[in-house]
Amino acid sequence: MTIRLLPHPILTPLLTLIWLLLVNSAAPGQILLGLLLGWLIPLFTLRFWPDRVPIHQPLTLLRFLFLLIYDILVANVIVAFRILLGPKHVQPAFVVVPLDLRSDLGISLLANTICLTPGTVSAWLSPDRRTLVVHGLDVRDPEALVTTIKRRYETPLLKVFEPC
Amino acid sequence: MLDILLSVLILTGAIFTFIGSLGLARLRDFYTRLHGPTKATTLGVGSLLIASMIHFSAQGEGVSLHEILVTLFLFITAPVSAHLLSKAALHRRVESQAQVPAQIEEAETQTHFAAPTVDRL
Amino acid sequence: MLNLAVIIAFGLVSAALALTFWRLLRGPDQPDRILALDTLYVNAIALLVLLGIHLNSSLYFEAALLIAMMGFVGTVALCKYLLRGDIIE
Repeated sequence: MTIRLLPHPILTPLLTLIWLLLVNSAAPGQILLGLLLGWLIPLFTLRFWPDRVPIHQPLTLLRFLFLLIYDILVANVIVAFRILLGPKHVQPAFVVVPLDLRSDLGISLLANTICLTPGTVSAWLSPDRRTLVVHGLDVRDPEALVTTIKRRYETPLLKVFEPC
Repeated sequence: MLDILLSVLILTGAIFTFIGSLGLARLRDFYTRLHGPTKATTLGVGSLLIASMIHFSAQGEGVSLHEILVTLFLFITAPVSAHLLSKAALHRRVESQAQVPAQIEEAETQTHFAAPTVDRL
Repeated sequence: MLNLAVIIAFGLVSAALALTFWRLLRGPDQPDRILALDTLYVNAIALLVLLGIHLNSSLYFEAALLIAMMGFVGTVALCKYLLRGDIIE
């Protein structure tokens, strides 16, 4: 019964928060309207949502988020310097990262993370979802890059989404 | 004091936005160009939006937080569009400075649908 | 102080727009042009936010939000067209 009436317990407060940010006020009326929208929208869009993924170890996820914010800042500065130095100082390369993650959400989060972090863009996912091809802006040591991606970003995501 | 903070944020934002576009104009192949806009511009617009948030909150008409929405939206969508763009480029075999892995070449030749032949968009 | 910073920032973002526009016109391949278009959206958002600060009005925020959303949808649609030769399957 709870599942039918409240299909996404996390989505409802999130939508309420987005509504409040959108109208840029926290008046009681707006909170009520936001709650109503947050309750109705998941109810109507229920069929479009993929299966819910259980989240283990929320603390690891939080730590991962902070690591991510720090890495985004560093990434921007590094890429900015590479661009200013000019095209002669970059050494682009494709590297192939074998994936241990299996869930769709995990893989998409990893791909997004790679796009936001130092000099790498996830370029291509193999149709069988076993490997991710990453394009690096300045790759001196492809092996080290693969190891860094696997240790720094994939391990926390594995802990959160697929503990076994 | 607030003025100095705001000025620094605005200038950082503008410089990063500029560097992102500079990378787009200056680098040599498509895949390296992809790096400039996805990274430099997200931080550039991000810090501009933070500046706007502080500016309007300091006006005294309540806290202004709706800029967070745009920032969040840009941070979520930038990687997705970068990935799609590079996928489209690999599909169309856009020239690359780096060696494209053989795996991709194989998979892209096997796909049954033909690439659209358009001269201009 | 703030005014000067905003005016310098206007100059930088406009230069960024010009560079992006140059890539849009020149871009040897279609993905290049789509990327340039995507960057153009982001630069337009930056310009709108700056204008909002300069004119001291938060009216421009909605426009920035709309550009962010529509720009993303446009980029995805164009990429999908290149990948599949069709947008709605």
